[in-house]
Amino acid sequence: MLLNQAVAHPRDPDARRRATALVVAIIVMWPLLVIAQFNPAILFDAKNLATMAAFLRGFVPPALSAEFLGLVMKSALETLAIATTGITLAFVVAVPLALAVTRSLSISRIGPGPGLWRATALRAVVRSLLTILRGVPELVWALVFVRVLGLGPAAAVLALAITYGGMLGKVYAEILESTDTAPARALLESGSPQGAALLYGLLPNAAPEIVSYSVYRWECAIRASVMMGFVGAGGLGQLMDQAMKLLNGGEVATILIVFLLLVQLADAISAHLRKQLA
Amino acid sequence: MRDEAKAFQFCLSCALTLAVLASVIVASFGYLHLGLERLLSAEAIADMRNFIVSFFPPDVSAGFLRKIARGALETLAISAVGTLLAMMLGLMLALPASGRYGRALRAATRFVLNLLRSIPELVWATLMVLAAGLGPFAGTLALGLHTSGVLGRLFAEALENSPAEPSDALRQSGAPRAFAFLYGTLPGVLPQFVAYALYRWEMNIRMAAILGFVGAGGLGQLLYYELSLLHQAQACSVIIAMLLLTLAVDALSAKVRKGLGRAYG
Repeated sequence: MLLNQAVAHPRDPDARRRATALVVAIIVMWPLLVIAQFNPAILFDAKNLATMAAFLRGFVPPALSAEFLGLVMKSALETLAIATTGITLAFVVAVPLALAVTRSLSISRIGPGPGLWRATALRAVVRSLLTILRGVPELVWALVFVRVLGLGPAAAVLALAITYGGMLGKVYAEILESTDTAPARALLESGSPQGAALLYGLLPNAAPEIVSYSVYRWECAIRASVMMGFVGAGGLGQLMDQAMKLLNGGEVATILIVFLLLVQLADAISAHLRKQLA
Repeated sequence: MRDEAKAFQFCLSCALTLAVLASVIVASFGYLHLGLERLLSAEAIADMRNFIVSFFPPDVSAGFLRKIARGALETLAISAVGTLLAMMLGLMLALPASGRYGRALRAATRFVLNLLRSIPELVWATLMVLAAGLGPFAGTLALGLHTSGVLGRLFAEALENSPAEPSDALRQSGAPRAFAFLYGTLPGVLPQFVAYALYRWEMNIRMAAILGFVGAGGLGQLLYYELSLLHQAQACSVIIAMLLLTLAVDALSAKVRKGLGRAYG
């Protein structure tokens, strides 16, 4: 019976619906292609091809002079240092904000009493502050800070402190609210101060997750600090930007290789740290 | 009682890790010579204040808002087309990477996917600006290349984990390979593919907004341009627009995720 049907309808029974969906998708996508100036032909433009080919030919061999390698190593260290200091400052920014918005640490929420309205309003304000801090990408802050602080790592560190501070703060608060909050509540209800409720009620359950998220963010910060170099905020990115502007393929190749190794290294360190501390 | 004993247990390797961590942090601050304390002098604070004040009020003239709208639209287009490109390229690479054409090809395409994925979007963008000239197309290509590395790997894993029976049944009853894939394998993994692509699209909207710093179009290019001309008020408007775009995407994706329910996690 089933076979007969298949023979009677050899074509895809859903063909018409699929075809309609495809046509609609193309009609919707077309203006987007126009706005994005989608034009693959430009890739094969003789001038662009020549520039690109010359640049890529320069990749082999990578620049390996001792002087340049020293410079790359220095920048790689700088990138690591930017990520580490940035995350440290972000942590300093995040912790008080996260504690301010964590509902499971709120005394005023437990029962009717004075200050409920004020505490709720404060949490709302801090919550929107966190949203604004993390809503603007770190690269934008870096671009702005480079203008006040000058070229160099300071802009990147401050940018990380702001954006990652917002992200860490939000996630810490979420972690503290999503673990088992009964112990903290019991402590608060029996009159312990909020600090004790945090240390003995929430952190024992939440610490592993908090540590592993912070380490993961450190890993992201390394990538971000390389990116921020492109707007002049120091580290490997700044070196790569300079090499690219000079179309020096060999140097770009070396920097890319070092960058990939750095990311691998960060991966390994972060896996180790998470196992150790979580 | 036992819990208490456990809570006070001294863990040598944890203490060592913490000590190393602390010294690394101190060393990092030392290495960078940030001079952040110079930001705390009265003069620096006044400078900073003047700098911040110069951004306000933001420029909300109709002409400039239109420019921002065009930049935001361009950003959306870059992210959408880039993600779509990545879906296509990712699927093409995922087929060999899921091991259906032998082990050698699997290893080779996985290497390519790793390479595509490990090079950040911004680096791809600088490369693509060389290959395709300034403008949104370079940004589109950059997002497409990086994201295809990400999606390709996720797609390949989804394909490897999908059950082989439906397509095997089709093959054994005489269907050609392509049809066995299209009607046996693809329907099972397509929802997952779409969920991955939507998730990456969300990230790409944010990324597309800043790729313009290296000349790849969208809101970023506008911001870079205005800041270079020291048009602080205009720059402020663009930053606010970026913030609103991010918030809108966040809210929308939270809503869609809720709507899709558990099936898409």
